[in-house]
Amino acid sequence: MSFRCLVARDLRLAFRQGGDAAMVAAFFVLTVILFPFGVGPGPELLQRIAPGVVWVTALLAALLSLERLFLADYEDGSLEALALMKLPLEVQVVAKCLAHWLVTGLPLTLLAPLLALLLHLEAGGYVALVAGMALGTPTLSLIGAIGAALTLGARRGGVLLSLLVLPLYIPVLIFGVAACEAAAAGLAARPHLLLLAAFFALALALAPFAAAAGLRQALE
Amino acid sequence: MHRFANPARFMRLSAALLPWCAWSAALLIAVGLVLALFIAPADYQQGEAVRIMYVHVPAAWMASFVYAVMAAASGASLVWRHPLADIAARSAAPLGAGFTLVCLVAGSLWGEPMWGTWWVWDARLTSVLVLFFLYLGYIALVNAFDEPTRGSRAGAVLAVVGVVNLPIIKFSVDWWNTLHQPASVFRLGGPTIAPSMLWPLLIMAVGFMLLFFTLLLVRMRTALIAAKVRALQLLASDDTARPTPRARHATLDPAR
Repeated sequence: MSFRCLVARDLRLAFRQGGDAAMVAAFFVLTVILFPFGVGPGPELLQRIAPGVVWVTALLAALLSLERLFLADYEDGSLEALALMKLPLEVQVVAKCLAHWLVTGLPLTLLAPLLALLLHLEAGGYVALVAGMALGTPTLSLIGAIGAALTLGARRGGVLLSLLVLPLYIPVLIFGVAACEAAAAGLAARPHLLLLAAFFALALALAPFAAAAGLRQALE
Repeated sequence: MHRFANPARFMRLSAALLPWCAWSAALLIAVGLVLALFIAPADYQQGEAVRIMYVHVPAAWMASFVYAVMAAASGASLVWRHPLADIAARSAAPLGAGFTLVCLVAGSLWGEPMWGTWWVWDARLTSVLVLFFLYLGYIALVNAFDEPTRGSRAGAVLAVVGVVNLPIIKFSVDWWNTLHQPASVFRLGGPTIAPSMLWPLLIMAVGFMLLFFTLLLVRMRTALIAAKVRALQLLASDDTARPTPRARHATLDPAR
């Protein structure tokens, strides 16, 4: 099976299940909507917190679906078969992360500007928000794959996954919000976006190895 | 290195080493505290409150050092499957978390009179807080599996992944504008701190390091003894389950 076949398989499974992408998107929208109820509808305050709220909520929404990245294959034995394939396990991890991103990260990235609109984000911030999330959500899928692989078969794996992944994701969050805030204030977002791109490149290069090591341990 | 992989040999060596480590740690920390609290000079700006530094800074150095030890042990476990490496990493983690907590609390207590705030989200404090959560995540992960080896292996990968935080902590005060002061000891161009303050600081640091090794050896010995106890319990339950007598094999006594 080639890389493309694996991605297609995961996408087909995700669409057959149906619920995952919609639930992640719904959680994203509902949680962002909670903030005006919580802090009051005053536009100045919402404008100040808009980039942070959108980013943090997107992060939490993506975390919801990470647990199931490898779990279904692990439980029904497909993971053992996949590990025996000629395609290296590291490349397979990238394939799974790509499928995961297409199903969860991409919808989050596309929904983010709409939600930022609800939070009165200034006009200059939208491009940087979408660009930042387009770079940050794949990074989350990759870093999350490490956590998902390490917590396969653990007790309370979902909460543990969040505990492991969130500290590793803080730099992406910091620079993603900084990019959006800088652009909204009329400053250059490019340095922050370049750093986000650097994190993405680093995660793409290193995370598959850590995740594959975790998968091999789970299969022992 | 594999010469020390034999648990029995490790138990003998650590039993011999432990009193030396423990007593030197106690001595150095006692001397260091006397120097720090009474003999070292007060700071020209901060006054007597600077004496928190003699606890805060060694604890901070130990927080990073213990993580490096944990990551190295995890690496040894992953690469060479060294049997004691897993035990070393698991034993070191709560100690590192403890040092990090001491560092954060002492720093917070120092920051309130000096900076006027208990906490600030600058790069140094944030990255040390992330280190604390990495320790907690590691401890949670290794204890989350029914089978201990699976937990150790998963934790080993996590520890190696988290090493990326250590250079961030070290260089955070250079890469960002931070409220936390830049490096005064470990920097190119040598320490900028006065020798009358540097010596108590280094004595406390060595004392803390010996304390860490003492506690690490104690925890590793405890882990090995606990493993033996578990094995003996399994053996005992096996015996009571069988009504017929069976030959007693050599016990798991490490001295044999």
